[in-house]
Amino acid sequence: MLDDFFIRALIGGIGTALVTGPLGCFIIWRRLAYFGDTLSHSALLGVAIALLFEINITFAVFITSLIVAFSLLLLQRGRNLPSDTLLGMLAHSAIALGLVVLAFMTWVRVDLLGFLFGDILSITKTDIAVIWLGGLAVLVTLARIWRPLFAATVSAEIAKAEGLKPDYTNIIFMVMMALVIAISMKIVGVMLITALLIIPAAAARSFSSSPEQMALIAIIFGSIAVCFGLFGSLEFDTPAGPSIIVSTLLLFIVSILPNLFSIRKKKNSI
Amino acid sequence: MLHGKDKLVTLDNAGVFRSGRWLVKGITMSVGAGEIITLIGPNGSGKSTTAMIALGLLNIDEGTTYRKENLRVGYVPQKLSIDWTLPLTVNRFISLTKNISNKDIDFALSLTDTSHLQKKELRTLSGGELQRVLVARAIAVSPELLVLDEPVQGVDFNGEAKLYGLIEETKKRLNCGILLISHDLHMVMSATDQVICLNGHICCSGTPEVVTSSSEFKNLFGNKAASTIAVYQHNHNHEHSLDGSIKSKAINEDQRNHDLNHSKDKSHA
Repeated sequence: MLDDFFIRALIGGIGTALVTGPLGCFIIWRRLAYFGDTLSHSALLGVAIALLFEINITFAVFITSLIVAFSLLLLQRGRNLPSDTLLGMLAHSAIALGLVVLAFMTWVRVDLLGFLFGDILSITKTDIAVIWLGGLAVLVTLARIWRPLFAATVSAEIAKAEGLKPDYTNIIFMVMMALVIAISMKIVGVMLITALLIIPAAAARSFSSSPEQMALIAIIFGSIAVCFGLFGSLEFDTPAGPSIIVSTLLLFIVSILPNLFSIRKKKNSI
Repeated sequence: MLHGKDKLVTLDNAGVFRSGRWLVKGITMSVGAGEIITLIGPNGSGKSTTAMIALGLLNIDEGTTYRKENLRVGYVPQKLSIDWTLPLTVNRFISLTKNISNKDIDFALSLTDTSHLQKKELRTLSGGELQRVLVARAIAVSPELLVLDEPVQGVDFNGEAKLYGLIEETKKRLNCGILLISHDLHMVMSATDQVICLNGHICCSGTPEVVTSSSEFKNLFGNKAASTIAVYQHNHNHEHSLDGSIKSKAINEDQRNHDLNHSKDKSHA
């Protein structure tokens, strides 16, 4: 069964959606969308480094994202630059730097589009193993730190005052984000990872009355988008990664329709 | 005397230096079980800063702090903003930092008259409702130390009196220490054991009566404010009588005894 590239893509994609769902919720709750973008863009630098030193790409991307995440935290603590300036600067410098480094390596031929927008159809059995093992590790960790992480999301001050050690859980969260970026790069590419994180979560919001429910619905939406995107890509011969993101967007639009109608109804009744 | 280990939190000559100036300096205070300490002072006088030092949210640059190990804290921060992306009902919010049984959630909400809000989303609450829910949550963790940073903001006058009554009742029920920040000069409770008047440092401290009659206090807030506090002291008595089951009777009494003299109040304090 795993010999079929399409089945492998489905299994890999759904494995990714399992972790991007709940993590994406935290990213939008904590307003980290742009932060996630910066991290994922820096993944391209990780790819360049991996090719330069001939190390495993997923591992190099994980380490690079981690380093970028912690340097961002340190730089933000300095408070000299507004954080959006800092993030924008780092995000695009990382991409540019990655491309320059790749250009210097005339001896390697890389499929740049694959790194930028995903190459889910070339997914191997090893990739699937990495996605599912990494994904399960993230899910188990997330379940264990759920309460302190969520409390710190609602109010870092309350969490800290009441002894939940939010600094510690924030560090774990950063590590998880770097890991998710590393494992989902293959699916949608560095330019679109943030979309896979935040759009299913945003679509889930309208149907959720609790944070846990929202995380679960985000997983379901992400998985549906992966299936739609892949089948659509097969049917219309479109690139797989972008097709998955277009599907998440369609889901999001459908998710806000009931709200739009109820607002109109209220307006009419007044 | 401040280093007694029976105290929950002790600050000794604590100071915080940020961006080229001392936010607070020379703060020496402590909160013990069953004590209510009230911090008052003008805007920017370091009330919240002092509370944050006591909670361990801010690192001090001078002096020492002591906090009882594994101290169970309930904290009502000055502000909390919840935006649309976060689906959070009142019920779920109560057990934010600790698992709390449904029975205890119901009880905590009933104390602040917010039971009807249980299933509502936090972001849809009005300012006063949110404030009461915040207080309910802090009480529900059955804290040893309860820190309230301006808990009555946005709450109407009756609700304010009730909240102060509830704070006092909570102190008795849980025998917890309470650190209360108030910008309401006229609402310094007579139940307060010690009022600390801040303006970057401790201007004066003592029982409410001592503080309001001190010259430092009058300098800081002006004679008029000082007299306001004195006039309003009879309201503290209302809070007392509003507390608990005799509430409705108390309200009637309240109206009848509006001109109650102060000598009677002080027997309460």
